[in-house]
Amino acid sequence: MADVLEKISAVQRISGLLDNNLSKIEEGLPAWVNQIRQPALKAFQRMGIPGFRTENYKYTDLTRLFGNENFRRAYVPDDFEVDLSEVFSCDVPEFDTHLILVVNGWYDEKSNRNTTYPDGVVVKSFRRAMIENSDLVMNYYAKLAPVNEDPLTALNTMFSQDGVFIHIPDHVHISKPLQIINILRSEDDLYVTQRNLIIAGKNSQVKLMICDHTLMPQQFINNNLTEIQLGQDAVADIYSIQNQHNKTASLSGIYVHQEQGSQLVTNAITLHGGIIRNNLKVLLDGEYASAKICGLALSDKNQHVDNYTNIEHIKPNCESNQLYKNILDDNSTGGFTGRIHVLPYAVKTAAYQRNNNVLLTNAARMNTKPQLVIDNDDVKCSHGATVGRINDEALFYLQARGINEKEARLMLMFAFAHEVLAEVKIEKLRDVIDKLVNKRLRGEVSKCHSCAMDCIR
Amino acid sequence: MLVIKDLYAKVEGKDILKGINLTVNAGEVHAIMGPNGSGKSTLANVLAGHSNFEVTHGSVTFNGKDIFEMSPDVRAKEGLFLSFQYPVEIPGVSMVNFLKTAVNEHRKYRNEKELSAGDFLKLMREKKAMVQIDSQLTNRSVNEGFSGGEKKKNEIFQMAMLEPKLAILDETDSGLDIDALRIVSNGVNMLKSKDNATILVTHYQRLLDYIVPDFVHVLYEGRIVKSAGKELALELEAKGYDWIKKELGE
Repeated sequence: MADVLEKISAVQRISGLLDNNLSKIEEGLPAWVNQIRQPALKAFQRMGIPGFRTENYKYTDLTRLFGNENFRRAYVPDDFEVDLSEVFSCDVPEFDTHLILVVNGWYDEKSNRNTTYPDGVVVKSFRRAMIENSDLVMNYYAKLAPVNEDPLTALNTMFSQDGVFIHIPDHVHISKPLQIINILRSEDDLYVTQRNLIIAGKNSQVKLMICDHTLMPQQFINNNLTEIQLGQDAVADIYSIQNQHNKTASLSGIYVHQEQGSQLVTNAITLHGGIIRNNLKVLLDGEYASAKICGLALSDKNQHVDNYTNIEHIKPNCESNQLYKNILDDNSTGGFTGRIHVLPYAVKTAAYQRNNNVLLTNAARMNTKPQLVIDNDDVKCSHGATVGRINDEALFYLQARGINEKEARLMLMFAFAHEVLAEVKIEKLRDVIDKLVNKRLRGEVSKCHSCAMDCIR
Repeated sequence: MLVIKDLYAKVEGKDILKGINLTVNAGEVHAIMGPNGSGKSTLANVLAGHSNFEVTHGSVTFNGKDIFEMSPDVRAKEGLFLSFQYPVEIPGVSMVNFLKTAVNEHRKYRNEKELSAGDFLKLMREKKAMVQIDSQLTNRSVNEGFSGGEKKKNEIFQMAMLEPKLAILDETDSGLDIDALRIVSNGVNMLKSKDNATILVTHYQRLLDYIVPDFVHVLYEGRIVKSAGKELALELEAKGYDWIKKELGE
């Protein structure tokens, strides 16, 4: 009963935040954006805070997280004196990117002002895009990510004010990768809402890397939602590195709509974070579209990492391929739910899914669940999930060749992880991630905020 | 070099070795033969330090040091090498990385400088030629997708890279066709010197046509029941193990 009361009150409290701050939240934004807040609120109130009883949140109960927080909201951007582009200017020498800095969910105009983009590529604050590019943005906003399907999406749409907008025009191949660095930094505990939209035009190509960092030891909740539109034959590689301290809850959603012949690669590498929930929905809505979807999570202490994927095969001749792996140490817990829905018309579908997990302790726990809904006969589908330990025979084999146990274990864990990393197609980036994962497995990426920057240096 | 005294060991509570005595000196080749289940592989694994096997009694010294005081990797670095009966596949660990780590761990143990990438590759090329291993195999993950014969050749290749003082070859001949057997045997013979020793654990006499032993021991129900020169192997081939059992009065 207490549980129920708590849930109701958290929903009421959050609803109240919208009501009480509505003028601040809506200020300057066009009516068509603000008009969606009330339907989002209604959807959120209907679905409630995600908990064990919420469909699709069986493995991640957020009722306690929301029940206990009364964090500050940044309805206007925090004003920091420093130009963060200087802090982050020391990049990996060979890995040159267009840097996009976001602080507490707000596109950091000051740090980003000097970046220029070739061939008509537009990168700007999502807030400005909603105002200046209304005609384009309104085609996708809250349409790729409808508010009535998921409580976190509803919540994001209620409070959305800013984030990153990227538009790659038709036929433009931007060779230098874009790198969004999401920074959480606050003197007090903070709840952040960030909203992004990426539009890749017909036959365009883009590589995007998203890095999530905490720069201060405060508690954070980050609700980050990205809508992605891939036009005909567009190619997009999206890599994310989650490296936030363990008092952070990262609740993210990515919604992708793919047109004919488009190719998507996503790879979510989770190194650190307290509670991590990644929702990924992909609509294969044009023939011969393909999606390669990968994830690797390394967790220890009391970390929780839950990946939820939902792949909708709408048109014929599409292919989706999922590979998720977790290595869980200490008391950490993990979840994977892989939903594949093949619609009646989507013949000649190929849909594959694999989730492999290694538990390093008896206390670590992993829940894995494939969910295949196949509504026609002409498909190739497979799924597989394993939860196991480090292979003792392989360990002994390495030891018998003179490699000590600790090093042998690391080699085996790294080998396990590497299958996911091998899917990173930018060689320099793969090297960087390889090193990061290696360091993380060795326990060398420290948990404090000051190290967060190490991974891009 | 290796002195085994009254060695008892068990697996999953079951006694397998029941009082083994064996001395191996530098320059010698010993063959340990015996029927299935006599404890041959157990002996090999106990010497290498596999944790599934529990030693309940006896002692083993290797170059004067108690091997039960050493973890498996230290035994290897002291110069003990086990060629596995069933080499395990390790997807994701590249042959090159694996061997480079192993070779350099050995070198560090001997207080030698680690090999540079160039020197390592050169060493690998030399040894590959020596044991006639397909150069493609070292571009793959350890044993992954290797045929039975390739796995055994790979064991001998690793032996060539690590240059052990004592090599224990556990059923290295099993599953090999005649060409592979010749290649594997050539490798072993080439690596043989007056300073190192070899223990061949085998079920059949066939391997001993290629690698001629100085001593042949028959292991039966956890004990060495008969030791002699190489002629014993031929006698076993002709008469089978029943002959030994009869001699023991069973």
